[in-house]
Amino acid sequence: MSTSTSTPQAKTAYGAGREVVLDVDELRVHYRTPTGDVKAVNGVSFQVFAGETVGLVGESGCGKTTTAMAVLRMVQPPGRIVSGHATVAGTDVVGLNEKELREMRWVKLALIPQGAMNSLNPVMRIRTQIADAIETHLGKQPKEKLKARILELLNQVGLPARVYDMYPHELSGGMKQRVCVAMAIALNPPLIIADEPTSALDVVVQRVVAQTLMDVKKRLGVSMILIGHDMGLQAQMVDRIIVMYAGNIVEIAPITRAFKIPLHPYTQLLIASIPSIKERKPLKVTEGITHDLRNPPPGCVFQYRCPFVQEICRTKKPTLREYTSGHQAACHLYESPDDMGSHAQAAAAMKELDR
Amino acid sequence: MTAPLLEIRNATKVYGGSGIGGGKKVVALQDFNLSIAESPATITTIAGESGSGKTTLASLVLGFLHLTSGDVIYRGVNIQSMNAEQRVHYRREVQAVFQDPYEVYNPFYRVKHIFELAIRKFKLANDKAQARQMMEDALKVVGLRGGEVLEKYPHQLSGGQRQRMMIARAYMLKPRIIVADEPVSMIDASLRAMILDIMLHLRDDFGISFLYITHDLSTAYQIGNDIHIMYQGRVAENGDTGHVIENPKHPYVQLLLNSIPVPDPDVKWDTNLNLPSEEEMRNSPKSGCRFYPRCGSRMDRCLQGIPPLFPIENQHQASCFLYETPESSPASK
Repeated sequence: MSTSTSTPQAKTAYGAGREVVLDVDELRVHYRTPTGDVKAVNGVSFQVFAGETVGLVGESGCGKTTTAMAVLRMVQPPGRIVSGHATVAGTDVVGLNEKELREMRWVKLALIPQGAMNSLNPVMRIRTQIADAIETHLGKQPKEKLKARILELLNQVGLPARVYDMYPHELSGGMKQRVCVAMAIALNPPLIIADEPTSALDVVVQRVVAQTLMDVKKRLGVSMILIGHDMGLQAQMVDRIIVMYAGNIVEIAPITRAFKIPLHPYTQLLIASIPSIKERKPLKVTEGITHDLRNPPPGCVFQYRCPFVQEICRTKKPTLREYTSGHQAACHLYESPDDMGSHAQAAAAMKELDR
Repeated sequence: MTAPLLEIRNATKVYGGSGIGGGKKVVALQDFNLSIAESPATITTIAGESGSGKTTLASLVLGFLHLTSGDVIYRGVNIQSMNAEQRVHYRREVQAVFQDPYEVYNPFYRVKHIFELAIRKFKLANDKAQARQMMEDALKVVGLRGGEVLEKYPHQLSGGQRQRMMIARAYMLKPRIIVADEPVSMIDASLRAMILDIMLHLRDDFGISFLYITHDLSTAYQIGNDIHIMYQGRVAENGDTGHVIENPKHPYVQLLLNSIPVPDPDVKWDTNLNLPSEEEMRNSPKSGCRFYPRCGSRMDRCLQGIPPLFPIENQHQASCFLYETPESSPASK
């Protein structure tokens, strides 16, 4: 595999003229098991543009975290990247060796891991940990300059200066999470991947951390991938959303469109199952059996759960197609203009939105 | 009025403060009162953030912990002074469903083991056929078929299926109350509704009450009858779930409801929220209202004593001096 350094072009009309920070192309990640490979990421393609926040959602086991780990080249055996490319700021990470990767991590892309608060070293002071990340990449720094930089970072994530000298156990979960955000932005990477950054936090603290992330993003103009399953949080935070199901992307849409006219039945289900705090409504109950990921059925990955399943869904796998600007879905329901008619409501709503 | 099914009176639980070195005392639960009626069956929600005492409460009801002071009374008998026979009875009628449907199974046994164990322990069946029938009946209630799941190992089932089996196991024992500690927080969003629906089904068709412990107010709003919202070991506000969530009175509950992300991209959080870092680190003064450091409407009054529950209307109460009126005496009896 060769290392390409060309700047990728936007592949959809939606992204025309925008700078592509991340270009994922036909990425496949398999986990080896004694009874066959689990196709955790099964040919996924998407782009992230400069300065935008993209949500990556789906249920547990759908491949969202694995996709992110592949972009970071952190897939652990028995998992492996089988094929495909992931180009971060002009460099294809799939072909890099360990040394090249090390130089790239934190500088070009940073990770805020799931349960990030547990990723801090309990016997190191906060200042030492942040300094570590900075000095590993930039070399030894003058003491005063380094201190000023760390205090600036803490300030950017809304933490008081005394956190500088503290140990992780002295901080609350939300504060530790914000220390991780400070570390992620320490070297000004163009892309940050946040894997469920608020999932272990209480609602109020979650809001504080979410607002810190949005604030930091706005100020630094960094692109962000926000992995999660909380559709409410996605609605608050992201510009575009990517919905995954069983290792495949089923829909990509600007967030407002995804909520107004979700095309894929799985996206529709996800949105319908958000419990409301505004009105009491009957629960929408669905049976949920996902196929064995070692043997995906021919045809659509969602066929066993889809309420609109047709004959063609059992035999032919739908491809991801762009229907209106930036709105892509992989579903046979919308493949011909006639079929759009059968989903007249969606079609009408689409027209309405495009005006 | 008949005696309530389950009554909790002035329950207080203090951790630490004894043993070598004494240790720091942590008041996990203070003066908690709750009553679940014999009938009709209800879903009573205990909601709150981590550290609010909700899981401590569940453990107390299930008998995993003993109260520092106060009483848990089941059908007129204090659970700490039950004799052996009463205790077995209590163990059978008060069942539990836990948060993590992955950890509760022993991976070496087929899943039917959890049913067989319960049947053997409580001597529910005379022979294998009868036992099998009991399992099948229980699974049917949660929408599973015995032939498809009983012979499998836990790893072959999805999280939602495993959680439904735990509910089926609890149901099989014909309990009066199920203590459900965060039963849906580890279930995928698209499958949560099914678990909640089963809870409603058991309440309405089989007369099983639930003590629903959760941090998620929106699911409580969808299924709950009464709610107690906790803050650092004390009830901040309680009452009918619809009433409390639609008209929150306590500043903490208002903040909590305001912080739930709205699933609508057009309705963004309006203001930036800042938490005093002392409060985040739980170093707040322990006299007076626990919510004082964060509260937007704090008064000097709030530092002088812990606010009791003041009545709002009907059964709705809030522990906040804002609702103190000259004639309102403390609502605790």
